[in-house]
Amino acid sequence: MINGVKRQIPDDLKAFEKSDAFKKIKRRLINKKEKQSQTVFFDNIEKAFDHFKIVSGQCLSFHHHLRNGDKVIEMVAHEIENRNLINMHLAPSSIFPNYTKLVDLIKNKNVTNIHTNYINGPVADTVSQGYLDGKLIMNTHGGRARAIESGDLKIDVAFLACPVVDRNGNGTGAFGKTACGTLGYAISDLEYARYVVLVTDTLVDELEDYQFDGTYVDAVVVVDSIGDSDGIVSGTTQLTKDPIGLKIAKDCALLLDELDMIKENMSMQTGAGKTSLAVVKYVKDIMKQKNIIGSFASGGITKSYVEMLNEGLFRELYDVQCFDLDAVESYHKNRNHKAMSASEYGNPFEKNPVCNKLDFVILGATEIDLDFNVNVTTDSLGNLIGGSGGHADIAFGAKVTIIISPLIKSRIPIIKERVTTVTTPGSDVDILITERGIAINPIRQELIEILKNSDFPLFTINELFDLSHRITGVPREVGHESKIVGYVEYRDGTIIDCIYQVKRFQ
Amino acid sequence: MFRSLLFIPGNNPSMIQNADVFPADGVIFDLEDSVDIKEKDNARNLIGNYLTETSTYPSMVVLRVNQVDTEFFEKDLGLLATGKIDYILLPKAGVDSLGILEEKLVEYEKQYDLSEIKVLALVESAKAIIEVFKIAKHKRVEGILLGAEDLCNDLEIGRSDEGTEILFARSRVIYACASNNIVSIDTPNTSISDEAHLRKDCLNAKNLGMKAKSAIHPNQLEIINEIFSPSKKDIEWAKDVIKLAEDNIGKGAFSYKGKMIDKPLILKAEKIIEIAKQFKIS
Repeated sequence: MINGVKRQIPDDLKAFEKSDAFKKIKRRLINKKEKQSQTVFFDNIEKAFDHFKIVSGQCLSFHHHLRNGDKVIEMVAHEIENRNLINMHLAPSSIFPNYTKLVDLIKNKNVTNIHTNYINGPVADTVSQGYLDGKLIMNTHGGRARAIESGDLKIDVAFLACPVVDRNGNGTGAFGKTACGTLGYAISDLEYARYVVLVTDTLVDELEDYQFDGTYVDAVVVVDSIGDSDGIVSGTTQLTKDPIGLKIAKDCALLLDELDMIKENMSMQTGAGKTSLAVVKYVKDIMKQKNIIGSFASGGITKSYVEMLNEGLFRELYDVQCFDLDAVESYHKNRNHKAMSASEYGNPFEKNPVCNKLDFVILGATEIDLDFNVNVTTDSLGNLIGGSGGHADIAFGAKVTIIISPLIKSRIPIIKERVTTVTTPGSDVDILITERGIAINPIRQELIEILKNSDFPLFTINELFDLSHRITGVPREVGHESKIVGYVEYRDGTIIDCIYQVKRFQ
Repeated sequence: MFRSLLFIPGNNPSMIQNADVFPADGVIFDLEDSVDIKEKDNARNLIGNYLTETSTYPSMVVLRVNQVDTEFFEKDLGLLATGKIDYILLPKAGVDSLGILEEKLVEYEKQYDLSEIKVLALVESAKAIIEVFKIAKHKRVEGILLGAEDLCNDLEIGRSDEGTEILFARSRVIYACASNNIVSIDTPNTSISDEAHLRKDCLNAKNLGMKAKSAIHPNQLEIINEIFSPSKKDIEWAKDVIKLAEDNIGKGAFSYKGKMIDKPLILKAEKIIEIAKQFKIS
């Protein structure tokens, strides 16, 4: 069947209709796991496997707050291999390049199904090449929380890395030798998994403040190290020096100002890339010039936002994951730097998730098409290189969603007639800012009206599409193999697109 | 009229592709110092293809060719056949090398049916600074760019943040250009990431009388354009003066905010408004 973004979807799946279709549906909640007071302690993962009688075919989940420094998923992967468990279903909130052990497990059929929000590196390549026997489900951060609470994603055992745990099973990421800050992506796993195992390298007697409530925790595994703190830092703390990136960032801030979005009590979210950091810097300059105090910034929090909080430019930060060690420290010390769970952040069925309170969001794109659909899941050859994360959640929730990107990346035009893979529907994308011009989604006539007499170089997206082809020529379509390796699941659980095995080149 | 000229290495395709995006008044596609000797042919081909194929040009195209005494010089000038080059930037310019270039340009203009090619002279030796007034008088020369790095090598001296070592050279270029009604272009600032130093350097050059500055990185352009443009305060002053001059026709001088205004200041005001209009500054 054809879904709401004109994509062919297998008939037996729930097809994406439109981004607010969930409003017609009642929230489904399975029972939270029963709280208990007896947490058992182990000194290795093997004992936890024995204790919970983990067998082939079960679903094990993880969070990705330690990102490229994570060792827990590798420990569990080794145990799966040692026990020769097969048909395992893994549900890490993201998969990073260092999770290399999973490559063997996929090729050897130990792991046959994966749920995740973001995938990059060797595991992504392995899935793109068709080695996963079952399917990869790429959902959003908010969508993952929804899937878990509704029972669509049933977790048998959640193995949750936790930098510090106390003897009652309470846990925090705010400090410790592998401090990673908030643990927002794991809260649904904690509350709904059949069994919860915290894996830590720092055990203390008692924590006063904690994010993981020990009454949900069945076991704690104390190991020498859960991760490498150098790998925790995500993205960059440096602004871009690329003149094209700086131009885009500056135009973005000026455009926001023209739209009167930079004003008292404003709220915003950006990514952690170098160009996004430059946008934050330019927005900050305007806020300072105009003596503006914002209500909050949210998302993965970076040093830039920490500085703005400390300078009184925002009253609060809502943080689902700390992107750098400055953010980790701020979360530990500043009460106005608040943790939020993935559900509170972007679950469509939450009453008032943070994503719905955002005035504007600045997001990236691998591709964008003439209907403003955005791809951040695959590259133009179909290789998995990312995923929604919170992209589709905040694009839906924010009043204005802006995509920033060079019009041409390494000779490849970013605007396609149809994106290779739809991650975020075009109905939730309002503005595209490139170095050569700005396109506004025609469904946002009120924005066009405000900007029509401005000095900004406004074009239709078709005009920018033609311009990019005049520079690069028309790229040849590469195509893909017929095998579907996975699905992009919209935040409401419907399928917005299929992911295909990449084409084999002779 | 221009305030900023950006050097783009001739062998850097991503920068060449974006040449029209950067906020430079003109772009200098460089085939000389920024291109290694092994890359000369590639760079020439790349620039040639770009000028032939692209539909998105910078507003002003300058080509820095190799020196007249190299094997590359004539091949570089072959790019004039594209018909897209506004200026040749002649490195190590002097009276003699300008003469050689002149002969070749006459030849190419005939061969490719081109209108007269203009020249920017890059003076970067002690000898060139001494003969800069003769260079400025050359009929094709519309601007002189001071190359301080090579000049200081020639003088066997180092560069300082203050630039006192090039004060004499800057002044010679400025006076040579001003007296011949051509554009004086300041040497590029090599501190790519030091905005404060760039700003100080630009102000210093502008206050001496330089009319434009070259850049070696796109991120330098915003500051250069800002400083080599009339300020808002200048424009307001100029508008007021012109208005008062219209109201006081027939009077040789009049007073504005306690200061005497006469013909030279009215001309200055008119020049400021002309520049502001050209660069769309209000």
